[in-house]
Amino acid sequence: MPESYACIGGCDHHLSTVNPHRLPSSIAREDEPLLVAAAKKGDTAAFEELVNRYENKIFRLTMNITGNREDAEDAMQDAFLKAYAHLDGFQGDSRFYTWLVRIAANEALMRLRKRRPGQFSLDEPMESEGDGDLMPRELEDWRPSPEREYAQAEMQTILAEVIEKLEPEYRIVLVLRDLEELSTQETADALGISVTAVKSRLLRARLKLREKLNRYFRQGAAN
Amino acid sequence: MNCKGVIREISNYIDDELELAIRQELERHLEHCEDCTLILDQTRKSIEILCDSEPIPLPSELRTRLRTALREKLGNKRA
Repeated sequence: MPESYACIGGCDHHLSTVNPHRLPSSIAREDEPLLVAAAKKGDTAAFEELVNRYENKIFRLTMNITGNREDAEDAMQDAFLKAYAHLDGFQGDSRFYTWLVRIAANEALMRLRKRRPGQFSLDEPMESEGDGDLMPRELEDWRPSPEREYAQAEMQTILAEVIEKLEPEYRIVLVLRDLEELSTQETADALGISVTAVKSRLLRARLKLREKLNRYFRQGAAN
Repeated sequence: MNCKGVIREISNYIDDELELAIRQELERHLEHCEDCTLILDQTRKSIEILCDSEPIPLPSELRTRLRTALREKLGNKRA
C-alpha cells in the first residue's frame, strides 16, 4: 500500500485503496457521506481518506486567504484537527467538504486578522463599494486561449500573485464562491455577512481579477 | 440600460441570477456594445481560469506534520 494511504490510527481496515484524487468528482461526492458516517463511528481510515482527498484543496484555500505559507500550514492542520474533533456536530445538511471549507476559512481568517489587526473587516461595507469605481478602465483584446500559453505551474504563480494583490475582503469571497464553489448563501453563512455583501464583493472581486489578468493576457503582453 | 448598469449586474448575469426582464434588457445592450461584451467575455474567462487551476500539491514535510498531528489526536480520542 502506498505510504500516503497508511492508516493514521494504525488500524488495518481501509475503505479504499484507490487514489481518491483520481476519482471523478461525482463519484467522490457520492461516497463522501459513507466516509463521514464511518469516520463518525471511529473509523480512522475513513477520516484519513477524507484528509487525503481534500488536503491539497484546503491548503490552496488557506494559502489564498492568508497569503502566508506558515499561517496557511497551521490553518490547514488546525482545520482538519477541529473537523475531526467536531465531527459529531456535523449534521450532514451540507456537503462535508463545504463544512470543512467553512472551518478552514475561519482558521485562515483568524490568522490573517492577527497579522493585520484592524486592517480589514468583513462585517462593514467597504468605502469603495459605491458605483463610482466600477467601470473597468483597461479594455484590450486578449490573446486567444491565453491559458494554454502557460505551463500549469506558471499559471498557478500568476493566479497566486493576482489573488494575493486583491484586498482580503474581495479575495476571500472570490475564493469561496468561484474556487471552492460555495453558493452565495453558504459564503454569506461562512463569513457571517449578508448575501447582498457577498454579491457586491464578488462583483468587484471578479472585475478586479479580470483587470489584473488583463496585464498578462492582453495582446502584446509578454508571456 | 447603460454601460454602468450592465457592469453593476455583470456578476449576477454570469451566475444567471437576474430576473428575466433585466436579463433581456442587459442582453439588448450587449448586442450593440463591444466594450461591455469584451468585459463580460474576459470576466467569464477569468473565472474559468481560476476554476480550472489545480490545487497545490502538499509539500511532503507538511503532509508528514499533518499525519503526525492527526495520529496524536486520533489516538487521544480513541483512548
